[in-house]
Amino acid sequence: MALPKYTETRYRIWHYFYLFICTCVFFFLIAPLFVIFPLSFNAEEFLVFSDGMKRLDPDAFSLRWYKDMIYGTKNPWGLATKNSFIIATFATIGSVILGTVAALGLSSRHMPYKGIIMATLISPMIVPLIISGVAIFFFMAKAGLAATHTGIILAHIVLGTPFVVITVTATLSGFDHSVTRAASSLGSDPVNTFMKITLPLILPGVISGGLFAFVTSFDEVVVVLFLAGLENTTIPIQMWTGLREQLSPTILAVATCLIVLSTLILVTAELLRRRSERIRGISR
Amino acid sequence: MSSETKQILTTDGIPLEVSLKKAEKKNKIKAFLLVAPLLLFLIITYIFPIGEMLFRSVDDRMVTNMLPKTFKAMEKWDGKELPSEEVFEAFYLDFKFLVEKKTFGKLATQLNYEKNGFKSILKKLQRKMKKFEQGNYKEQIMNVHKRWANVEYWRAIKRRAPDITYSKYLKAMDMYENEDGKISQVSEDRRVHRILWLRTLEIAFFVTILCFLMAYPIAHLLATLPMKYSNLLMICVLLPFWTSLLVRTASWMILLQQQGIVNDFFVWIGLVGEENRPEMMYNKTGTYVAMTQILLPFMVLPLYSVMKTISPSLMRAGKSLGGTPFVAFWKVYFPLTIPGIGAGCLLVFILAIGYYITPALVGGASGTLISNQIAFHMKSTLDWSFASAMGLMLLTGVLVIYWIYNKLVGVDNIKLG
Repeated sequence: MALPKYTETRYRIWHYFYLFICTCVFFFLIAPLFVIFPLSFNAEEFLVFSDGMKRLDPDAFSLRWYKDMIYGTKNPWGLATKNSFIIATFATIGSVILGTVAALGLSSRHMPYKGIIMATLISPMIVPLIISGVAIFFFMAKAGLAATHTGIILAHIVLGTPFVVITVTATLSGFDHSVTRAASSLGSDPVNTFMKITLPLILPGVISGGLFAFVTSFDEVVVVLFLAGLENTTIPIQMWTGLREQLSPTILAVATCLIVLSTLILVTAELLRRRSERIRGISR
Repeated sequence: MSSETKQILTTDGIPLEVSLKKAEKKNKIKAFLLVAPLLLFLIITYIFPIGEMLFRSVDDRMVTNMLPKTFKAMEKWDGKELPSEEVFEAFYLDFKFLVEKKTFGKLATQLNYEKNGFKSILKKLQRKMKKFEQGNYKEQIMNVHKRWANVEYWRAIKRRAPDITYSKYLKAMDMYENEDGKISQVSEDRRVHRILWLRTLEIAFFVTILCFLMAYPIAHLLATLPMKYSNLLMICVLLPFWTSLLVRTASWMILLQQQGIVNDFFVWIGLVGEENRPEMMYNKTGTYVAMTQILLPFMVLPLYSVMKTISPSLMRAGKSLGGTPFVAFWKVYFPLTIPGIGAGCLLVFILAIGYYITPALVGGASGTLISNQIAFHMKSTLDWSFASAMGLMLLTGVLVIYWIYNKLVGVDNIKLG
């Protein structure tokens, strides 16, 4: 943002001060993530930058914590990763199906009691996680689903659907319903119309809602803490235990992998958002 | 004329009005059927269990069922002096039954919630009871331990007689119902919960303010910069947003530790000496810093989406009409951003008030919130009804805020990214 030439000095100073503040805030937001990268390559066991690292001595860096993460003895990360992916995948599928269908109903202008139903469907996102955790735990314990994958998956579907509902209703808000009417008038049945016409058009919204649901499940720890047994341990649970007991560099290696994963998800989500905006722009 | 207007008929001969109503009803049912699976699923697995929490928090039939004879005998007791032999005998019979069934431990736990010191005297009673002779139970029980001769303990048992109790709610407010049925405060050194509630509110409030102060300038910058720069800077907001909460907390644990980078920096610029590096983690400071950074994106995104819609020509118009940039900002730009401010602040406040993970990891003893207390009672003391009561109090607070949010912004206006 270049300032016009006629700007007075005091506004000029103010402007640079404002830019300085913004830089500080951006630094505050993003810098903490970058501490983890170098320290995860630390050759030593301590979580501080060793003198060797400050001199950029190659011997001070190593991959030993990554090796420990993959091959370490009594290694919990393998099982945790497997569980995390299984749970997140099924939870995402469940959330996407239930959420998309519900969003279709909610976007219909004939929907009765829209406000209160929408509020109910979104409530798992608003209610503090600890309360959701307690409530879901009571249900799962009664249903005999505590400490099972099924129980955790169902819990994560509860937590994930609001995101799908929100993103899909947002996509549908710009949706031109005359195309579905056109399809029906040409003799297509509702299911066929949905698969061939509606779904391809709202797909970006569905996928980005699915991404939210995936991340929610993949990153969720509060509810899992109540529900998980030893067999159901997930990556967040292992990180939580690790951070409570002792901060080992292996955790930083895992954290680095998670940051890489979240970068990939971010890029996908951004691309989808732009595509969705383009499609909505055309259909309007 | 109007009375003679013929009803418009469809080709089937049904009046149009009826036919339209029928179609409308059909559409309504169709729309509702689409929502029904999710609604049903949520009601069963989520809404209903929250209702169960309410039930659990006031339900007190456990003790009632364990001591049926005692409570029946106690009905006639006025609670002023020690109960009669009849009550003692009933209690002995009830307790004997529980010992035989090996469930007296539960009773001990429950009564210990009511009054400290019950656990040990019940255990002692269980040991001595084997040698009891028939008759005169009052004297025999009172000989086991002098607390059995203390009327306070018998009053404590009587207090657990009703099926429904709101004592857990009082306990969460550091209050209790005393012998005369009056509500009074617990002694000052034991008022832990009120401190926690106040601290939760305080931290949520200041985190919201801090987030607002930091988010406003950068949201403004993002909204006014040309697309190609702002997209790049947006990554700085979105990457933390998508990154695991635990990863971000871990990075703060590394930064804030005593030998950590922040302390190194303070020493380097000479703010503090090498020997007295401040403790920045496991206290309130840690909670504040980490929560502010973690919740900041939730403030930036709503602010950004509102600011994006404000035309830059408005500011130019304000300036060209003679306002200084500050006046133009304050009178034109700022009022237009108020919906975004409301949305962002309420979102951050709602999230902050129920925060659990970050305070538990970096908060230490002085930086924990009410959520941590709920988790503690769920996992360690196993006083689930107390945890439910506190959870519902927190939930009520959040729902009030949610309701305000809904009135001001509308839940269907929540935008993600």
